[in-house]
Amino acid sequence: MSLDAKSIQGETFVVNMGPQHPATHGVLRIKLTLDGECIMNAEPVIGYSHRMQEKMAENRTYSQYFPNTGRIDYAGAMIYNFGYACAVERLAGISVPERAEYIRVITSELSRIASHLLWFGPFIIDLGGLTPLLYAFDDREIILDLLESISGARLTYSYFRFGGVYNDIDDDFIAGCRTFIPRMRERLILFRRLVTDNIIFRKRVEGIGIIGPELCRKYGATGPVLRGSGIDYDVRKNEPYSIYPLFEFDIPVFKECDSLARYHVRMEEMNQSLRIIEQALDKLPSGPVMAEKVPRNLKPPKGECYFNVEGARGSFGIRIISDGTEIPYRLKLRTPCFANLSLFEEASRGMLLADSLALLGSLDLCVPDVDR
Amino acid sequence: MDFVQDLREAFTGRFGDKLRIEAADFSKCGCHLDITASGTDIEAAASVVDGLGFTLEAISGVDWPAEEAMELVYDFNKMAEGGRIAIRVRVSREKPELPSISKIFGGANWHEREAHDMFGFVFSGHPDLTPLLLPENATFHPLRKDFSA
Repeated sequence: MSLDAKSIQGETFVVNMGPQHPATHGVLRIKLTLDGECIMNAEPVIGYSHRMQEKMAENRTYSQYFPNTGRIDYAGAMIYNFGYACAVERLAGISVPERAEYIRVITSELSRIASHLLWFGPFIIDLGGLTPLLYAFDDREIILDLLESISGARLTYSYFRFGGVYNDIDDDFIAGCRTFIPRMRERLILFRRLVTDNIIFRKRVEGIGIIGPELCRKYGATGPVLRGSGIDYDVRKNEPYSIYPLFEFDIPVFKECDSLARYHVRMEEMNQSLRIIEQALDKLPSGPVMAEKVPRNLKPPKGECYFNVEGARGSFGIRIISDGTEIPYRLKLRTPCFANLSLFEEASRGMLLADSLALLGSLDLCVPDVDR
Repeated sequence: MDFVQDLREAFTGRFGDKLRIEAADFSKCGCHLDITASGTDIEAAASVVDGLGFTLEAISGVDWPAEEAMELVYDFNKMAEGGRIAIRVRVSREKPELPSISKIFGGANWHEREAHDMFGFVFSGHPDLTPLLLPENATFHPLRKDFSA
């Protein structure tokens, strides 16, 4: 470094990352104030893919809103179907047949694995490794094919209905899941050998991008971000919904608070989801997949309720206020990515720019989920 | 549940009988306690729940034009125990002003900005109420019931 170059130390400059940038995985802009390569401040600027999902709910009937729920967190859309269906069912007092509950859990956990795979590949690309993405998408493709065969959609599902699901699963689907489970388990071992134990990868994530438990609490972070900070909280365990209490599975928690901890949480979660799917397939009862006598034009009684499910990225909550008509009076979407991104400004302060990209990738953002 | 009792005591210790605290049925409405506060008390109420280790999940605005009021519902969650409370605040529709809790919960910063965008709530003491999700020159509040595009 020349003497002249040294003398400009302390001078800051503002750089825009995004809104079109491969590392932001969607239209997210980050206004960076840099001192050399060091981040003085990184302010996320959001709203580029804001679609007014909450106002749309006030313009259509309860069942007409289902397609919207598949388009908020498009990577793990089945779980958002789940959350919305459960919230309205709680409000209207609808119970769901047992077989439908099993199908809901199986499809949601498949969706969770697909979402984590969609995070895994691009996250490694952020760090400079292009190959793992091809492996991840290979596996994800199988899940998308399976879900397409029963729901008709590859990504933006509206497969659930109030009181069940719209289509029963067939033997082909079950056989497909049965072959997928052992294959995916082997692939996770392969990923460990290929990526997790890789020294270059380790150097980029280990001890870097610290998000402490108190920061998580103040910003309402949930999901793998929270569990990578040593807090054992998963809606499926702590506030069990549907039939999750019937299954044996663990909640992976890592105490290191760094990008690697969040990576470990998601990789281990895929294993746990496989466990849940396996048990659900074993126990799958026969019977109807839709409750009887759910009116086509649902009018939940006057009232208000809040419902949370564990999405692929964290706790997804819906608050619905009904005025007794067929259209929601107010529907609030509490999305995990919104809260998880809001802590980025504080967490990234003082980091190197390249490291902050690893931190951003480890948050697993889905920008339409932030903007809604 | 124990934490419900703790919370009740913490609130009555701080506020006396000023707040309306109602036990709610979790299986029906998704929270254990439903608390109604006035706008001026929200900062103190937030610091009480902060002291008890709660996290802020969401702030939802609701417009009630028939009652000339706008409501904010603050959802708090105590993760370890799985306890949830909702604190409700109503302000007039003409002057929807109340204190910001972003100094207590950093996460409230964005939630409050969103409520300002969508409903026009004004949070006094908020560091930056520029539009978050709407265009930077937006002067409308789309989630108000009288808004039409």
